[in-house]
Amino acid sequence: MSLTRADIERIAHLARLNLTEAEIPVYVDSLSRIVDFVSELERADTGGITPMAHPLPGLRQRLRADVVDESNRRDLYQRNAPATQAGLYLVPKVIE
Amino acid sequence: MEWESVIGLEIHAQLATRSKIFSGSATAYGAEPNTQANLVDLGYPGVLPVLNGEAVRMAVKFGLAIRAQIAPRSVFARKNYFYPDLPKGYQISQYELPIVARGELTIVLDDGTRKRIGITRAHLEEDAGKSLHEGLPGATGIDLNRAGTPLIEIVSEPDLRSAKEAVAYMKKVHTLVRYLEICDGNMQEGSFRCDANVSVRPKGSDRFGTRAEIKNLNSFRFVEKAINYEIERQIELLESGGQVMQETRLYDPDRGETRSMRSKEEANDYRYFPDPDLLPLELDPEYIEAVRADLPELPDEKAARFMRDYGLSEYDAGVLTASRELASFYEEVVGRLGGEPKLAANWVMGDLAGFLNRDGLEIAASRVSAAQLAGLLARIRDNTISGKIAKEVFEAMWTDSSDADAVIEARGLRQITDIGAIERAIDEVMAKNPTQLAEYRAGKDKLFGFFVGQVMKATGGKANPAQLNELLKRKLAP
Amino acid sequence: MTLHTRTVAELGQGLRRREYSAVELAQACLGRLESAQVELNAMITITAEQALAEAAAADAALAAGRAGPLAGIPLVHKDIFCTEGVLTSCGSKMLANFVSPYDATVVARLKAAGTVMLGKANMDEFAMGSSNETSFFGPVRNPWDPRRVPGGSSGGSAAAVAARLVPAATATDTGGSIRQPAALCGVTGLKPTYGRVSRYGMIAFASSLDQGGVITQTAEDAALMLGAMAGFDPRDSTSVDMPVPDYCATLARPLEGLRIGIVREFFDEGLDPVCEQPIRAALAEYERQGALLREVSCPNLPLSVPTYYVVAPAECSSNLARFDGVRFGHRCERPRDLMDLYTRSRGEGFGAEVKRRIMTGTYVLSAGYYDAYYLKAQRVRQLISQDFARAFEQVDLLAGPTSPTPAFALGAKVSDPITMYLNDIYTIGANLAGLPGLSIPCGFVGGLPVGLQLIGPHFSEALLLNAAHRYQLETDWHRRVPSAWA
Repeated sequence: MSLTRADIERIAHLARLNLTEAEIPVYVDSLSRIVDFVSELERADTGGITPMAHPLPGLRQRLRADVVDESNRRDLYQRNAPATQAGLYLVPKVIE
Repeated sequence: MEWESVIGLEIHAQLATRSKIFSGSATAYGAEPNTQANLVDLGYPGVLPVLNGEAVRMAVKFGLAIRAQIAPRSVFARKNYFYPDLPKGYQISQYELPIVARGELTIVLDDGTRKRIGITRAHLEEDAGKSLHEGLPGATGIDLNRAGTPLIEIVSEPDLRSAKEAVAYMKKVHTLVRYLEICDGNMQEGSFRCDANVSVRPKGSDRFGTRAEIKNLNSFRFVEKAINYEIERQIELLESGGQVMQETRLYDPDRGETRSMRSKEEANDYRYFPDPDLLPLELDPEYIEAVRADLPELPDEKAARFMRDYGLSEYDAGVLTASRELASFYEEVVGRLGGEPKLAANWVMGDLAGFLNRDGLEIAASRVSAAQLAGLLARIRDNTISGKIAKEVFEAMWTDSSDADAVIEARGLRQITDIGAIERAIDEVMAKNPTQLAEYRAGKDKLFGFFVGQVMKATGGKANPAQLNELLKRKLAP
Repeated sequence: MTLHTRTVAELGQGLRRREYSAVELAQACLGRLESAQVELNAMITITAEQALAEAAAADAALAAGRAGPLAGIPLVHKDIFCTEGVLTSCGSKMLANFVSPYDATVVARLKAAGTVMLGKANMDEFAMGSSNETSFFGPVRNPWDPRRVPGGSSGGSAAAVAARLVPAATATDTGGSIRQPAALCGVTGLKPTYGRVSRYGMIAFASSLDQGGVITQTAEDAALMLGAMAGFDPRDSTSVDMPVPDYCATLARPLEGLRIGIVREFFDEGLDPVCEQPIRAALAEYERQGALLREVSCPNLPLSVPTYYVVAPAECSSNLARFDGVRFGHRCERPRDLMDLYTRSRGEGFGAEVKRRIMTGTYVLSAGYYDAYYLKAQRVRQLISQDFARAFEQVDLLAGPTSPTPAFALGAKVSDPITMYLNDIYTIGANLAGLPGLSIPCGFVGGLPVGLQLIGPHFSEALLLNAAHRYQLETDWHRRVPSAWA
């Protein structure tokens, strides 16, 4: 199965990746090959097999006590931010 | 053609935990932007979620209250999409295996009939942050204090057939979550909000029409208006040969209309998959039973008890059990009074509710306490004052938070029950109004009220009404 | 006094005997790290000033007799581990300006044990690669032959230990990223059981596969390091609440009667025939020590690479969505609108291989493909795990090659992703099943090291380290140092 340019553009958009004109055919080619490669899985007989989401069987989610354990560290955390104002993270105007 | 509307609600209720669903940040409302957003809430590289046990317990409480199945095993999944208020680029939610499934609630319609509304599921998830558009030219500001606040999303079956039913159902859920003390129900602050799925179909059809989803309705009034607008819009569209688009719409309260959210219209492909950072949530029967044992009396049970024990009408019982606080206020009044449940009901739903409403107060902030109200009603019962005078006393109590007896004494409002005094007043009135007396005795019965009024006036309203009636009848008789 | 060839265990003794100070040791290692940069490019950041301060503190603790078990031991952390106040780039342009405000649990634990961090090791971008060629900071070179790759993604960690720049380096393994570079560089690499070492603060690639571990010269050193790194962490829901055994206590147990399974599928047509000989010789050594060799089969194992290349990209596509140019990381210049901010920041910030995996993962999770790819792969993953479980009913450990070939030339496989992916064919199975595995040097072909891989049941690290240590007592492959770095 081969992916098309439209497939790559749709996936890149979903993943919010800007691709250059030059990159698109490269990804059409390599993703097609990867998809063909993983399609090999089709030949495994997985009837009645439960999908395995975790590598260790039988573990269950632990529950945390409802305790506030951290106070304001905004200044520290915003040191990595590209743009802030009045404590807000800034992005270009979002129109709804 | 006659149309039928089909409505389902997705209610989002913020759970009243102290800390967030996957982090130890505070959930308090109204903090300075991003001061309650820690590394987990910000989606920093390398951090991981750990589930808040209290959020789980609250969701189980809700599930038990709607007689739903509590999943022995539920799974958290990632809902992937990009939005600036969604720090990780995915929302942790539950998808295929929610914690609560198949519950129900009963609503009472205007004509008094009952209707069962199915609840498909209720699942745990994290709230997103907020986008702020004001005061930032060309930019949107992101505040992630709300990000990670625990939510329970309550998804109804498409069982609702009108905006009124939708509101009745939403109010029922609102009452329930507050009873359970799992959500503060504050709609202005967004603690309780809903999305409405609305479609229409020809009456009698068993197929669903194409639905539109109206997002983020945060008041009962908006829910009603938005749904009614949307129903009309869809009917007009279909009757003029158009088609309803499956889309997300936003209600604009200023214009009273819904409009398409084009920005979110593009194909949603959320790519749900189990969150590998969280393990399956497994709940033992013992855990579930312990939560059940801890459930408070629920609104429907309480209303039934009020009807049975206090002889209240279904309507009155419904009003008095609308909130846990109101119901316990009422019960305290009755308890202190040692009876008179109907008198107490009339006062709580009447004067008290009126003053609360006038001053915009919740029952918890009432300026007349249950004990004080019971004190007032006791004076009506023992004939110290009439019901009419009691209204005056109540207003005075409300104003300066004083007790009934103090007001009655200070203002000299004690009822006259001395037969001699009332008789003297009647004699005076009869002497002053010979014409009316003659007419009455000639058969003009309607004048009886005139004499009552005059005697009351003469006694400053303090004559005991029952005694007055009896004496007056006797004296006026020819 | 040559310090650089000494192991963690030896250095610990010397430090305690005050033969040299932690500061002297740190200075010696820093000097080697810095001078090796041009040739090997093993490091992204060298934190000399901080290291000397930590070393001085370790000396004080040693003098006061309150030193942690690893006091004064210099090490480098793979740049995937968050380190407070220090650039944590994950090998990516996306995080080339990211200073972590916190320490990963692994970093904090090793700090508490007294180790001295000398810097952050180079790696494939976001740990996606098997050759260290995807790093934004340039490829790492193999100390045995600088024209060749060191393997990946923990290439900087493996090269630094192989060239004896540091005695130990942390690393992570999602599909072989500790074991494969350890094999290609001739050092010991341990990937513990999933959940044994906290993932908190380890920048996620594929959450259900990632596991932190260590690269050292010897199994004994790996045991020392693991003892300090492992343990329950309440901040990681997938961390397992089990006591950490004393891995050193059981290192020397004799191997008499140990049942070792030779996995038939590991000796397939993909294995470079020249590599097979040292592997077979290593197995013979085990037999000589009394172990029982038995062939076992894991019939679904050949599907591990396609399984991995569905599961890992799926998780990575979601894990890397947080890099959006809003709160941290690379942001494009003058974004026109929100969409432009997202697509350009991510398009510029991620390299080609990362983008390829994000897109692969986005595709396999997208509507209409989820069942056919993602769910199918998770089912095959179950089959592979069952194969391992069945094998461990018959044997105590599994053995085979770590990598199908020795180190290959830089640039040799970059153009073909599938060929590159197949490098991990023998290592991926352990990640899919969450099993512990390690790689130890077992010989050379054409002057390049070959690694023997041992895989055990869940939480069998003590046995794995025991088996590796016994082998290292009788062989000296792990003592060989590239002549340029001797």
